Amino acid sequence: MIEAATYAPLYPELTLAIGAMALLMLGAFRGEGENAGQLEGWLAVAVLALAGGMLLAQPAESVSLFNGAFIVDQFGRFMKLLVLAGSAFAVVMSYDYFKRHGVAKFEVPVLMLLATIGMMMMISAGDLISLYLGLELQSLALYVLAAVRRDDVRSSEAGLKYFVLGALSSGMLLYGASLIYGFTGSTSLAVIASSVQPGGTPSLGLVVGLVFLLAGLAFKVAAVPFHMWSPDVYEGAPTPITAFFAAAPKLAAMALLTRVLIAGFPNAVPQWQQIIVFAAIGSMLLGAFAAIGQTNIKRLMAYSSIGHVGFALVGLAAATSDGVAGILIYMAIYLAMTLGVFAVILAMRRKDGMVEDIYELAGLAQTDLKMAAILGVLLFSLAGVPPLAGFFAKWYVLAPAVKAGLGWLAVIGVLASVVSAFYYLRIIKIMFFDEPKPGFEKSDAVIAFVMAASVVFTLVFVVWPGPSILSAANAAAATLKF
Amino acid sequence: MSIANAPILSIVTFLPLAGALFIAFLPRDATTNVRYVALWTTLITFAVSIFIWTNFDSSSAGFQFVEDRAWLGPIKYKMGVDGISMLFVILTTFLMPLCILASWDSIQKRVKEYMIAFLVLETLMIGVFCALDLVLFYLFFEGGLIPMFLIIGVWGGARRVYASFKFFLYTFLGSVLMLIAMMAMYAEAGTTDIPTLMTFKFPAEMQWWLWLAFFASFAVKMPMWPLHTWLPDAHVEAPTAGSVILAAILLKMGGYGFLRFSVPMFPLASQELAPLVFAMSVIAIVATSLIALVQEDIKKLIAYSSVAHMGYVTMGIFTFTTQGVDGAIFQMLSHGIVSAALFLCVGVVYDRLHTREIAAYGGIVERMPIYAAVFMVFTMANVGLPGTSGFVGEFLTLLGAFKANTLVAALATLGVILSAGYALWLYRRVVFGELTKPALQKLKDVTPREIAILAPLVILTILFGFYPAPVLDVTAASVKQLVANYEAAINTATALSASPAPAP
Repeated sequence: MIEAATYAPLYPELTLAIGAMALLMLGAFRGEGENAGQLEGWLAVAVLALAGGMLLAQPAESVSLFNGAFIVDQFGRFMKLLVLAGSAFAVVMSYDYFKRHGVAKFEVPVLMLLATIGMMMMISAGDLISLYLGLELQSLALYVLAAVRRDDVRSSEAGLKYFVLGALSSGMLLYGASLIYGFTGSTSLAVIASSVQPGGTPSLGLVVGLVFLLAGLAFKVAAVPFHMWSPDVYEGAPTPITAFFAAAPKLAAMALLTRVLIAGFPNAVPQWQQIIVFAAIGSMLLGAFAAIGQTNIKRLMAYSSIGHVGFALVGLAAATSDGVAGILIYMAIYLAMTLGVFAVILAMRRKDGMVEDIYELAGLAQTDLKMAAILGVLLFSLAGVPPLAGFFAKWYVLAPAVKAGLGWLAVIGVLASVVSAFYYLRIIKIMFFDEPKPGFEKSDAVIAFVMAASVVFTLVFVVWPGPSILSAANAAAATLKF
Repeated sequence: MSIANAPILSIVTFLPLAGALFIAFLPRDATTNVRYVALWTTLITFAVSIFIWTNFDSSSAGFQFVEDRAWLGPIKYKMGVDGISMLFVILTTFLMPLCILASWDSIQKRVKEYMIAFLVLETLMIGVFCALDLVLFYLFFEGGLIPMFLIIGVWGGARRVYASFKFFLYTFLGSVLMLIAMMAMYAEAGTTDIPTLMTFKFPAEMQWWLWLAFFASFAVKMPMWPLHTWLPDAHVEAPTAGSVILAAILLKMGGYGFLRFSVPMFPLASQELAPLVFAMSVIAIVATSLIALVQEDIKKLIAYSSVAHMGYVTMGIFTFTTQGVDGAIFQMLSHGIVSAALFLCVGVVYDRLHTREIAAYGGIVERMPIYAAVFMVFTMANVGLPGTSGFVGEFLTLLGAFKANTLVAALATLGVILSAGYALWLYRRVVFGELTKPALQKLKDVTPREIAILAPLVILTILFGFYPAPVLDVTAASVKQLVANYEAAINTATALSASPAPAP
């Protein structure tokens, strides 16, 4: 007889799953209409909030379910809360956009909920099979979301591109997983970890498997050299969906990558460290240099987020508890900044529709000082200028890397951040120094709220909640085995 | 004592920020109110800083008014001032009201944003001199880039975009290397507390790298030849008050950084690399003085002369003598007053004629006699005439340099002659000569507001020229300790390498 209480750690995921299915039924019965998706959207936010509340109510203990396939620990809870927050903000920002474009659909919030369950599973995965299940549940929902504006060429192209390349990466990941299974005889991360003795060398087959696994995961976090899909998908997908892509799945994939490497290959650090270092350098440099030529702000943000993933990977390359805490802090701050920037992008709307070119922001400081100041603060923060939150994100991943003897990697990182400062500054220059273009239409209340919340977080992080997030991240990182 | 417990340094640091927040909530077209709020905020901040100064115990070499609070784990919120930083705080708070007054009429567009930017900048500048934690210091040091970038870019001259980008990216590049060094120090010493790090013995080879990384940041900020090229652009394009702050305060952060970090924390590397600093200083003094001679633009000329004067500062610091370091601090404070005054003087005629070209002027003494007299005082101070504050600093640094390296001192003295050349020639071309240009015929002499701005600067320039004791008294104890600690560190290191290895 299995006690229901055994599954208590699963309540957040179960809530999401039941909620998603209930909303699907509700949507199907309410049918298509002018306001389709509005009620479902708010209910989805409520479901996400409920799941978040359940996570917060859980005792701070590490639980392993289903023979280690599903691990609930502080690390997972931290990342899950971020993912839930990212999804919730993306859901609230999406309704007005879809309605304005005449494609309001109840499926959008439902798909976002389903993707979120996939992400929660990814974060908790302690086994290659549950890892793959979570990843695919997430990805399938995301493919549909990217192409949800099916009458729009760019959206369909984004969905197709994402699907084809995503399938390729899943294939590589599976191939890697099968090699790992073949050489260790198990799919459980704990068993895989113990297959290499401390100080020992992993077998060549295992290393090859690891490389393929990392290639698949690098695709999911959009790290160089598996980043090519992201600018196209970011540009083509509907903007709120792009915001969702940039916020939630990236975080989940980063958490997954961290857990797989730290919990699954603790004795093969030199082997995976060089791969991560390579991906980090490539991502930071590409994120810095390739964005210079972009004028479409969504594309530019895609390159910017490639660069940011590179920085987070520096924390992973350190392979220490401090480094993992750095990743957690980085992701929390990155989430806040990204949501804010996308809220601003969603507010770039004139009578004749949305605009995405950065030169459309010209002179924004004179037509709408508030919005210009918000985007300005967020961009300075993305560039890593103190005392804004973005600086602390960089400090907490680079300092552990320096401590771990990767000082040269940190130097490359900060040099890349100087280059990237150039294109962030260029947008600020366009907003503050240039002659104004006609102003934007008044933004919706939710969009304005997201903007305000994000900029306040970025500004006051230094006073609060910086110290609390720091201690939470340290506690969470400590639950991963080193 | 209640004063010892009150977070007085935090108050003086964040008071301007509070003023900026207040202005943010004022309506946009209430420009007069905005100006008065900014002026009163800076005046009150100045009063508080004077209060700190009167309570400052100049016989003690340690940090005073220390505040120490938990913040981000091992990174603490720690503030405090000693004899080296005290006067920089005063200089900042003293110049800010003058900057606000100087922008009173000349800034007409986006007044609210302008005043917010200046007040935020003031908070960050005071913070730099008060911070006693590496991360906190970096926060203030680097945060200042944001308002300055906007001040140059929004209210600057024709090439403002170029100048603001150059300013930001140059300084940012230097600073991020310092950031990495700070991380390495944190990894090595396990703390970011500045007083602890000042006594921490870093391994000799590590000191070398750390010194170079900090040097990258401070040499750009200072700026030292050949990293000075951002300065003339930034100075020329910035609005008058922006140039004043840039020359008077932001440049001093470099010198302050050398005194706070490079010399006390990395004494071995400082000693080893002092010849590099000497060479760069002497080249700066001679070469930029020569460049200043051929400038057509008044502001550019003063900018190059700033680079030359900063050369004396770096030279003085790296003599590691009491005279040299005292002189360097004095030179920084004096240059803070004199260069601020010179830029304000340029602002006075620029507001009337809207050109900075030297050739557009000539003979204005006939229409502006008071202005000519004031401008002469500052020109003489810039030259380093005895009796002005400019003389004391240059003399002390040269004295220190003679002890350390006679050749360096001899070459640096050339700069004194050259500075007389460019400064007096500038004065002659602008003020004297025939008043032939029609645009100059209707010039009016300085207004009461402009007198109010320039009078305190004239008084201080002459006062410190004849009686430098108030400044030197404050710095004496801390400088003495700095030099003593440096010598102790060098002596231990040489004793270690000289003594034979103990037998196994």
